[in-house]
Amino acid sequence: MSFSITTTEPQETVFSANDVKVYYGKFLALKGISIDIFKNSVTAFIGPSGCGKSTLLRCFNRLNDLIENFHLEGKIVYHHQNLYDPQVDPVEVRRRIGMVFQKPNPFPKSIYDNVAFGARINGYKGDMDELVEKSLRSAALWDEVKDKLKESGLALSGGQQQRLCIARAIAVQPDAILMDEPCSALDPISTLRVEELIHQLKERYSIIIVTHNMQQASRVADMTAFFNVEPTDKGGRMGYLVEYDRTEVIFQTPKQQATQEYVSGRFG
Amino acid sequence: MPESIPETANSTLTSGNLHRSLSPRTLFNEVMTALAFLCGALALIPLLAVLSYVAIQGFSSLNFSVFTELPPPPMSQGGGFGNAIAGTLIMVGIAAAIAVPVGVLAAIYLTEFSDPHTVRWIRFATNVLSGVPSIIAGVFAYGIVVLTFVGLKWGSYSPIAGGVALAVLMLPIIVRTTDESLQLVPSEMRQAAVGLGATKFQTVWGVVLPAALPAIVTGTTLAVARASGETAPLIFTALFSPFWPQIWPPQQFIAPTASLAVLVYNFAIVPFKNQQQLAWAASLILVLMVLLTSIISRWAIRQRS
Ligand SMILES: Nc1ncnc2c1ncn2[C@@H]1O[C@H](COP(=O)(O)OP(=O)(O)O)[C@@H](O)[C@H]1O
Ligand SMILES: [Mg+2]
Repeated sequence: MSFSITTTEPQETVFSANDVKVYYGKFLALKGISIDIFKNSVTAFIGPSGCGKSTLLRCFNRLNDLIENFHLEGKIVYHHQNLYDPQVDPVEVRRRIGMVFQKPNPFPKSIYDNVAFGARINGYKGDMDELVEKSLRSAALWDEVKDKLKESGLALSGGQQQRLCIARAIAVQPDAILMDEPCSALDPISTLRVEELIHQLKERYSIIIVTHNMQQASRVADMTAFFNVEPTDKGGRMGYLVEYDRTEVIFQTPKQQATQEYVSGRFG
Repeated sequence: MPESIPETANSTLTSGNLHRSLSPRTLFNEVMTALAFLCGALALIPLLAVLSYVAIQGFSSLNFSVFTELPPPPMSQGGGFGNAIAGTLIMVGIAAAIAVPVGVLAAIYLTEFSDPHTVRWIRFATNVLSGVPSIIAGVFAYGIVVLTFVGLKWGSYSPIAGGVALAVLMLPIIVRTTDESLQLVPSEMRQAAVGLGATKFQTVWGVVLPAALPAIVTGTTLAVARASGETAPLIFTALFSPFWPQIWPPQQFIAPTASLAVLVYNFAIVPFKNQQQLAWAASLILVLMVLLTSIISRWAIRQRS
């Protein structure tokens, strides 16, 4: 399946997945995904649990390489380079594409060191204090932590921890940020703050966000991709992309019956 | 009738009296609590008895000269065991210098780099090694160090051989505690580091090791404590000496060396009062040294974080 998107202005693509198939061992988890992700926009992945949203997200920064029996077929082009070309170093990929996880996972270090970690390992030569401040400001956390930068990142509240993780990702000065259900462990107020933050961040970064929350997708995303899962003959479950379009189209006038049912809350 | 169930339950709850009663359930609870307390006390008695006996006997024979003087010949008064303290410090130091890096790196290999099949065998081997009687470690070090030195005509017994024997005993403790503490570091931590573009080395060195450090230090302290009290392996490897250990020149370093554990063993079984008193004092010093190691390492950890 392929999707031609009619947006008002032509947009630059950051990622372009082309017939991507993902296997865990012999088990086909995702079949034939083709999708273009646009620059400086927020793209939401929605769909029922187990349809492979996290799996696809982690293909974009090659984090799935950590899983032993992971195997990908097809191509993911990132600025004209195939990420899965044997010549490509996954470490270099991850330096350009940041990641925020479902559960806030700050390092057991000080707030300052959490933010500085990525920059240090990447050999950042500039003024570290300035970078830490800038990153924390971008993550809307500076005012809350500026007097306790030496305290442990684990001493913060869940919502603050997640913003710290966003600051940590920003400090590496990435090109794109991947977020896997970043608000699922947060209370409603922290969720709103992170959503506001996503709005601000998209001016500088291309963002892909996986979410279970339909309202969240409609609030933050410019583009939305709906995934579904179907049983295979061998008893496995295989995810696929149902529909990908501008968010308002997905939520108001989807072309597929399944999308219509999912966004109106009738299944999933 | 499913509807009646909540009603009945509800009515007993509201109408029943809330005071403590001597129902069989409460009674059983009380008895089990008392039993658990008793067993706890029983387990503590030997521990406290040994410690207090050593403390009482040791303190009464302790004075400043034990740190500065050499062991006295039989039947004479005074003396000390400064050489044995120095010997124990040297040998435990050599053992730690070998066992800590090797053990920690081995554990890092196990949790972070190795494949599951190899891991099973190495973990099994470590468990076997930790069950090996300490005297075997002594025989092993005798075979590979003492006999080698004899063959090279460098001497025979030495603190190096003693250190190697103690390292063999420390190694499985350090590998196991480090291995376990590394496994407890959540995989989200590793993924976060890798997601920032960290190499495997940067992930382990910058995130995983610091997170596991307190547990690693605890394990190392345990290993040091165990090693400093070992006697049997030192009898095969360092023997004993009434003189101060010589660090320089190297030929003099390879010589029989005193240690607290062997001094206690030697002096506790002789019929001379003065020697027996020194054995008690040496036991106390040994206990205090272990305690001090543990306190210092805990303090160092707290300073870091
Ligand atoms: N490490 C893994 N090993 C094997 N199968 C996996 C692994 N991770 C995910 N899967 C499988 O891949 C499918 C998609 O999972 P996931 O991407 O986590 O879905 P989602 O994020 O949409 O809930 C599921 O059927 C899941 O069981
Ligand atoms: Mg998921």
